[in-house]
Amino acid sequence: MSDEFAARVAGVIAKTQKISPESVTLDKTFEELKIDSLDGINILFALESEFDIDIPDEAARTIKTVREMTEGVEKLVAAKPV
Amino acid sequence: MTARRVAVTGMGVVSPFGDTFGDFWTAMAAGTSGIRPMTSVPPGALRFPNAAEAAGFDALRHFEEKEAAMLDRFAQFAVVAAREAVQASGVKIAEGAGHRAAIVTGSCTGGQATEDENFRALYAGNQRISPLTIPRVMGNAGASWISREMGITGPVYTVSTACSSSNHAIGQAFWMVRNGMVDLAVAGGSEAPFSLGFLKAWEAMRVVAPDTCRPFSKDRRGLILGEGAGMLVLEPLEAARARGAQVWGEIAGFGMSSDAHHLTQPLAEGAARAMRGALEDAGARPEAVGYINAHGTGTVANDATETAAIRAVFGAHADRLMVSSTKSMHGHALGAAGALEAAATLAALRGGVIPPTANYTEADPACDLDVVPNHHREAELEWAMSNTFAFGGLNAVLVFRRA
Repeated sequence: MSDEFAARVAGVIAKTQKISPESVTLDKTFEELKIDSLDGINILFALESEFDIDIPDEAARTIKTVREMTEGVEKLVAAKPV
Repeated sequence: MTARRVAVTGMGVVSPFGDTFGDFWTAMAAGTSGIRPMTSVPPGALRFPNAAEAAGFDALRHFEEKEAAMLDRFAQFAVVAAREAVQASGVKIAEGAGHRAAIVTGSCTGGQATEDENFRALYAGNQRISPLTIPRVMGNAGASWISREMGITGPVYTVSTACSSSNHAIGQAFWMVRNGMVDLAVAGGSEAPFSLGFLKAWEAMRVVAPDTCRPFSKDRRGLILGEGAGMLVLEPLEAARARGAQVWGEIAGFGMSSDAHHLTQPLAEGAARAMRGALEDAGARPEAVGYINAHGTGTVANDATETAAIRAVFGAHADRLMVSSTKSMHGHALGAAGALEAAATLAALRGGVIPPTANYTEADPACDLDVVPNHHREAELEWAMSNTFAFGGLNAVLVFRRA
């Protein structure tokens, strides 16, 4: 994934969590960022708007790190009909 | 002040199975699920296609056309269930005694479908909104209508504690009758959550199952929304017996607690405190309880947390308890859930038939209780409990006793 793409996802997470974008690095877990289940679905909602994608419930349940989230969003964006 | 024993002498239910308690209980005892493809919204509008709608409910079978227009569906449900409960109880409110009777109803979201419809029209360019919007939307619409229709002029109000609303309502009515504040109460709850706006909000919560509701099952994928109403008639046991009324059972205890923890994540300790409080209020030993109608929503978090809470309260006796979630059949009717489940629990005690957890497929070590999978069980029990736990961390538990 490109740095620019990762930064865009990190920006959405940071904005939703009201934390600094610099703190949202790929190796961070949600637990480290104090993202709980309700925060998680709030972030997914913001990501869906930002990238115009539909994130399935099942994926939402298993993702636990910034890297998994960024990769997941990247896949969904790539799969979007042009 | 002497505490009086409190009997339930009438029950009314609107559910996916029909407009009567009989329709409801027949389905519960048979393990019939009312979960079907949703008809309230166009197919494909939501990530989850199924719900437990009261699809056969026709307001015009119960109301004049003009009356029906004054009531949102959630209030219509409340009135229909209250009429059935009072009629079944055979109780007559004597001339001049209306002030000694109470109504306490529960609803999570009131007339939200009316709000959804009217606001949508406004934002689409309509400049005006129907003057019936406010009286249809208000949470106490059902309670007020029942009051007027039945001449009940004592304490009449509505509580809104999300999924615990009904148990909070029934519990407060129970205490009022027990303590002699009133001699009669109609208590329960109603909900009609099927508007596109509200369903979309549930979709965003990511807790609704894409298939069906499988409480305590390892492959459970969430709750299924339901709708309807349950209403109970409460009287002092002595008075009920004196007039030869049919007694479904006693409400014996009520306990409530707040997790003070998280908006949506349940906490076992909070749930356990409400259960202990209800047992203490009932003067019942945990070992005397034979059946728990669980909150059992079918979400990963609730069912495991509830199992832990039950184990914390009942210790080794938890392995001898039957615990079922009837939400597997009537869905999660939110503010009406506790009332539907109270009706099921009372019928189970009286008839010796324990309703099952339907749609159960696979044991989950995190939910290692006897969940009465898929088939009803016959058992003569004296005490039973019914749990409700709400978003916002509010817990309300009722304890029932066979009369």
